[in-house]
Amino acid sequence: MADSRLRRTLLFVPGNMPSMLQNVPLFKCDSVIIDLEDAVNHAEKDAARNLVRRFLKSWKERNKEVLVRINPLYTKWGHDDLKAILPEMPDAIRFPMCETPEMALELDAELTQYEAANGLKPGHFGILPSIETVKSVLNAYAIATSTKRIFGLAFGAEDYTASMGIARTNSGEDLVHPRMMVVMAAKAAGLQAIDSIFSDINDMEALRRETELVKRFGYTGKCLVNPRQIDVIHEVFAPKQEEIDYALEVVEAIRQAQEMGTGVISLKGKMVDAPIVKRAIHTLRVAYAQGLTDTPVDEEILNG
Amino acid sequence: MEIVKKGVAGTMQSSDLMVFVEPADSLKVEIESTVIKQFGHLIQAKVDEVLVKNNVTRGFIRLTDRGALDYAIEARIETALQRASAARA
Amino acid sequence: MAKNSLGREIPETFNGKSYIPYTDPHSIKPEAFHFQRASRVLKRNYSGASKVVGGLREAIVASGLKDGMTISTHHHLRNGDRLLNDLVREIDALGIRDIRIASSSVHIVHAELIPYIRKGVITALECGVNGPIGEQISRGELACPIIVRSHGGRARSVISGEVPIDVAFLAAPCCDEYGNFNGFYGPSACGSLGYALVDAQYARKVVAVTDNLVPFPALPIGVAQNIVDIVATVDSLGDPKKIVSSTTKLTKDPMGLLIAKYAATVIDASGYLKNGFSFQTGTGGISLAVAGHVRDMMRERRIKGSFGCGGITGFFVDMLDEGLFEGLFDVQCFDLKAVESIGRNRKHQEMSAGLYANPFNMGAVVNRLDCAILSATEIDVNFNVNVNTESSGLLLHNTGGHCDVANGAKVSIIVCPSIRGRLPMVRDEVTTITTPGETVGVVITERGIAVNDHLPELKAELIRRRAPVKDIRALRDEIYAVTGAPKPVEFTDKVVGLIEYLDGTIIDTVRTVRA
Repeated sequence: MADSRLRRTLLFVPGNMPSMLQNVPLFKCDSVIIDLEDAVNHAEKDAARNLVRRFLKSWKERNKEVLVRINPLYTKWGHDDLKAILPEMPDAIRFPMCETPEMALELDAELTQYEAANGLKPGHFGILPSIETVKSVLNAYAIATSTKRIFGLAFGAEDYTASMGIARTNSGEDLVHPRMMVVMAAKAAGLQAIDSIFSDINDMEALRRETELVKRFGYTGKCLVNPRQIDVIHEVFAPKQEEIDYALEVVEAIRQAQEMGTGVISLKGKMVDAPIVKRAIHTLRVAYAQGLTDTPVDEEILNG
Repeated sequence: MEIVKKGVAGTMQSSDLMVFVEPADSLKVEIESTVIKQFGHLIQAKVDEVLVKNNVTRGFIRLTDRGALDYAIEARIETALQRASAARA
Repeated sequence: MAKNSLGREIPETFNGKSYIPYTDPHSIKPEAFHFQRASRVLKRNYSGASKVVGGLREAIVASGLKDGMTISTHHHLRNGDRLLNDLVREIDALGIRDIRIASSSVHIVHAELIPYIRKGVITALECGVNGPIGEQISRGELACPIIVRSHGGRARSVISGEVPIDVAFLAAPCCDEYGNFNGFYGPSACGSLGYALVDAQYARKVVAVTDNLVPFPALPIGVAQNIVDIVATVDSLGDPKKIVSSTTKLTKDPMGLLIAKYAATVIDASGYLKNGFSFQTGTGGISLAVAGHVRDMMRERRIKGSFGCGGITGFFVDMLDEGLFEGLFDVQCFDLKAVESIGRNRKHQEMSAGLYANPFNMGAVVNRLDCAILSATEIDVNFNVNVNTESSGLLLHNTGGHCDVANGAKVSIIVCPSIRGRLPMVRDEVTTITTPGETVGVVITERGIAVNDHLPELKAELIRRRAPVKDIRALRDEIYAVTGAPKPVEFTDKVVGLIEYLDGTIIDTVRTVRA
């Protein structure tokens, strides 16, 4: 399911904290990940599950993508999490500690079963697996291609460094290799690559540097733990003016080609092929979300 | 749902509440809230609704509310009841 | 009872005096009242001798203070002030009763006055209050008629003679024996003496109270010897560290930051953010975050502003030092950095409350303001703002310059979270009207921006920028959908206080809360 939804910022919100949870509709991130896993004490798993369920039921006008991070299915909470959460129709499950394609398939089967039992379209629920151990990094491509529900790979640096027995630094040299592995696996499978959280919420410059780095690697989004980080990440992912101008020219070239009925599209003597169009559309969508252009991109153009 | 032992849920953070339930021969509800004057009636209505929904006919239910919204009130009562019920070991 | 133009019932008389109900922001003229100007007898003092009479008690005796008189102090030391408490204790010890307090404001630290109110030493408050005194009055637990005035309104009431001050006891942080003083230096330095400057000119007797007697002359002169009658010395005026009573740190709350970002967008869209820009913002985390955005935009676009105004913070001082403003108008220093600055920088101008915001003169500084950021405890669907009472109905806050600034500024911007502890902040009706909606330009919550009808161009520009502009009623509905509709607080018919608009008309009343 290589969807092209804009996911620059995926904000983690603790599942057992009403003051944060009820502000979810107001955060300006693209996606929210409501957390039942690491942000919730073992003794409060039941409470968080009830709270998240009631919150999602009360949130009528959803204005962003909703993911729920459940506990791994090998824990005693994972299956109960799903049972409580699926009736409230999250868009996707953030699946922690996904180390093998088999683990992804186990979740896939449970989702398929729920969809069938409740008359939902097969594949309704997406999966965003966390690639957060050295083993999952090595299995990244196999995981990425295990089920069509997976729309992206989310690199998790904190658990990764723990699994390597190293400490995470703000410079990020230690993470270059796994980051490249994850983004390569994602791109090879036609998926989005989403980067890890940056936990030092007071160092906005380091956050900016890290986001710039992963953008150059090919990541198109980043997870975050504090809403204050949203603006910085959006700024980094915002296209430059020349990128926007070029994208607009591409779109204009397609429009003209469609008008004239020519199959081949060219711009300044160069052929415009599908990947170029796709990138132009992405650029314009981000530009519009960022307020850099005044009109939303006409997605119909892709079908032309 | 039968309350067979004490059950507690929630926190004292703002926008949250704590719910204490314990067995009793009749149904008794006590509400304390930072917004009792403005929202006491809505909190009471929500508590009644959740108790009916969970078939609670006996027990002492005590809420200490810090301005929680309805969804949180419902969730915290549910959790306290589940924790106090026989079904849970 | 008569209804004012905002539908609030106003008693014909209060504490033995009659009042005019509020009509509109600008049409009331001084002629509507029989007051002209505070009268002050001419005096002649041919002696060059020291005016120091001793301590507070000697000064009270020397001032001729008697039963039934009105006294004032200034609140530049805010919650660090000791003088008012010490003064009332001495007044009581001297057996004087039935005193009116017409200070520029009363703070939480002055809860010590409550026993003296009960005892009959203090029998009326001609000024707004912060904290327990107002709370107890509005609960009906403390009997003391109170008239809440804005900074500009208080200046007007003193200058016009409507509130004749018999003796002003003015904390004078740097003072000489002949009565010259300033607020810049000394252990109790508080910077600007903006509120005290009015009293010094119009009170019948002026007592300078100092804990820092310096050799003559105390320079630079804020208040001069020719209008000071008596000098008194005390151990300490208070604790200037407690001047900083409200938060002076940028907010970290994500919703607060969102509100600040919207406010910056509004200022940018207003069209005033260019050379010559003038701006006021208070303390508080959101206001400072807005100031941060404004500073960044001014830097980036190389804008040279005209002036920053109001209670001045270190943040504005930095902007002045950086050359982003021509100058600062300072009626009171909000932190010690501002205190330090006003003592060294001539472009950091001390401003009297009269110059700041008195409506009855040839033009107050607030009239020259482009954009101002103001806070609120509640806002209603007609843009009326409450800063005096809380949703519980209790009188907990003084007006400050709120209605003055809204009245003068071209674009007054109210920043307020949409919900505080389940209480909706945009409501059908505010508990108390402090500032009339006609003078409010924009209301900003984290859920969106409501623009008043008198600013259609700003509204269109914000929509063009895809800012979340919402009808204020839609905003209220959205908030009520989250919180539920609150039950109105019930009040008795007993009016215990008046909320005066800056022009002297009565915009609302305070009634006791039904238990």
